[in-house]
Amino acid sequence: MKILLVDDEEKFISSLAERLEIRGIDSDWATCGDEAISKVKENSYDVAVLDIKMPGLSGLELKGKLETIDEKLKFIFVTGHGSEEDYVAGCKEGCFYIIKPFKIDDLVEKLKETMAF
Amino acid sequence: MKKFFSIFIQKIKPRFLEPHPRETASPSLFNYKSFWIGSINLLTIVTVVPLFILSMINLNLTREAINKENSLRTIRLTSNARRTVTFFLKERLDAMRFVLQNERLETLKDPEDLASILESLQIGFGSTLDLGVLDESGLQINYVGPFDLTGKSYTDRKWFKECVKNGSSVSDVFLGYRQIPHTIISVKSEVNNSFVILRATLDIKKFVQILSSIDLSEKSDAFIVNREGYLQTPSKYYGNIFEKVTIPLPEYSESSRVFTFEDQSGRKVMAGYAFIEDSPYILMLVKQSTDIMQSWFAVRKEIIFFFILSAVVLFLIILRITTFMVNKVYEADQTRLDAMERLAQSSRLISIGRLAAGVAHEINNPLAIINENAGLIKDLFVYKKQYEPGHRLMGLIDTVLESVDRCGQITRQLLAFARDFKPKIQSLHINKIVSEVLIFLKKEAVYRDIKIDVDIPEDLPVIHSDHGSLQQIFLNLINNAFQAMEDGGHLEIKAARKNENQILVSVKDDGCGISEEEQKKIFEPFYTSKGTKGGTGLGLSITFGLVKKLDGEIYLESKPGQGAKFSIILPLRPKGDNQDENLTG
Repeated sequence: MKILLVDDEEKFISSLAERLEIRGIDSDWATCGDEAISKVKENSYDVAVLDIKMPGLSGLELKGKLETIDEKLKFIFVTGHGSEEDYVAGCKEGCFYIIKPFKIDDLVEKLKETMAF
Repeated sequence: MKKFFSIFIQKIKPRFLEPHPRETASPSLFNYKSFWIGSINLLTIVTVVPLFILSMINLNLTREAINKENSLRTIRLTSNARRTVTFFLKERLDAMRFVLQNERLETLKDPEDLASILESLQIGFGSTLDLGVLDESGLQINYVGPFDLTGKSYTDRKWFKECVKNGSSVSDVFLGYRQIPHTIISVKSEVNNSFVILRATLDIKKFVQILSSIDLSEKSDAFIVNREGYLQTPSKYYGNIFEKVTIPLPEYSESSRVFTFEDQSGRKVMAGYAFIEDSPYILMLVKQSTDIMQSWFAVRKEIIFFFILSAVVLFLIILRITTFMVNKVYEADQTRLDAMERLAQSSRLISIGRLAAGVAHEINNPLAIINENAGLIKDLFVYKKQYEPGHRLMGLIDTVLESVDRCGQITRQLLAFARDFKPKIQSLHINKIVSEVLIFLKKEAVYRDIKIDVDIPEDLPVIHSDHGSLQQIFLNLINNAFQAMEDGGHLEIKAARKNENQILVSVKDDGCGISEEEQKKIFEPFYTSKGTKGGTGLGLSITFGLVKKLDGEIYLESKPGQGAKFSIILPLRPKGDNQDENLTG
């Protein structure tokens, strides 16, 4: 399984990627939407874990763009905000929705479930 | 009677005098006490004062009427007595005129004939003591009676002069030779360019008899005075015969009249008087005011009694009505204040919730960084061989991760508290929801030996509400009760229909209870009584918010050491629900 983590918090995303790597999940990361788009264009990922609220492209907008590049790509949303809009958006997209901070095992579980679909 | 009195006291006792359960003093629209007292005073004035004025007018009118009636009665009595006295004198004067007209002078000069005439007069009219004939010089030329008065001259006597002048006269009463009160009446008759006068002495016993026959009360008096005010007959209260009376003499009047004066003792007295025609006499009839006003006093007593009775009845009615009205205003005001208080609390909670949500969001990102970095350190120690996993270091990292997890829980609950979700309305059975919630807590209940009694009737109506919200509400409340109870505690969950549109669900524990001070803050976010036990202080705030969103109400009854009972009133259908669950689902 190869995943792409996208979050504007570099210190968060880099550590998370490393922890997933330790757990045998091939992880790459990007700190903004544009970087994520170019990475998806260059590589093939199974799941993209997107932060909903980011400067520039939001997680939801980014999902739309990434889908056009790789239609097989699956998504999980993470957010520090538990607002209704985020929740509804996440549900509408048919994706898992995780609120920060979360346990790494929870994310791993959600990744496996996403892959299983 | 005692019961009736106590009920009446309850009815007139204003409710605002009792302490209100609301601890915090909220501003009130009215000063109820002064409003109540002012209303009572005003109503009492506008009702009792006119009643008082009417009673006074009535009293005055009655007094005037009684006074008038008394005056008329006195005048009537006086007139009757005057008529009798006048008739008495006139009858005798006329009899004497008849004698003078019909008897020859020689007959009058003859003692035997005169004695015969006296006898006839005594038989016919009585009261005649003697009879005398006077010539024009005032010399008594013939006399019959108990004394030898023939040849006595009466030239200088007042009665003689008056008789010469007026043709007849009646003298003042005097003692004379007889030493008994008597009066002289005389008539004149012209004879051959001269005149003779026939005089007679009258006993005044007849006067006294006439006066005593007047229907008078004990304190009244009737007597005759002459024009100078000397008593001609005895008086009960105003002196002996021949003494001057101590009352003012009235002015001359042809008719009978009354006048009032104050006697020597300062008492008000009413006197009826009548001047007796062709005589120096004034007939007087005197009544004491206490006597006159006897009937007035009785009427006054009755009027005052009815005034006091009416005033008391009016006052009690005013008291009852005013208390009722002020109670209504008070209750309306209290309801308004309660609503305002609840609104203020809700607004406060919403504001705090929004603020908390903002803070939570901002904290979640750095928390995530701490979480991942601390997690990475732990991973490195665990998975990478180049790092020595020191026991102390691992413990410290675990503490950091646990703290992050705890902070995460807090921020998640904060976010849930502030989340403005739209309830998904569907038909629900309360007992099913409670059962679902109890599944989560069953193990803990068994482990801690907590007895749970659920009393939810089978026929409890289906409620249209949000499933998730209700689950969370009951989970929070039951969880809260578990935390409050010691091991072996007892939890009761009851539900019942409250009215046509609402059901009531209560969660009651026998735990440590909540003090009044704590109750005021219990629904505020971050308020926790669990101390270091790990409560976030958000459970009841979230519950409060959820219940409000479902158009319900939540109440707490508790006393320290006696457990706590949370009661939730939920509508069978939320406001705005158009009864079609599919539309809202």
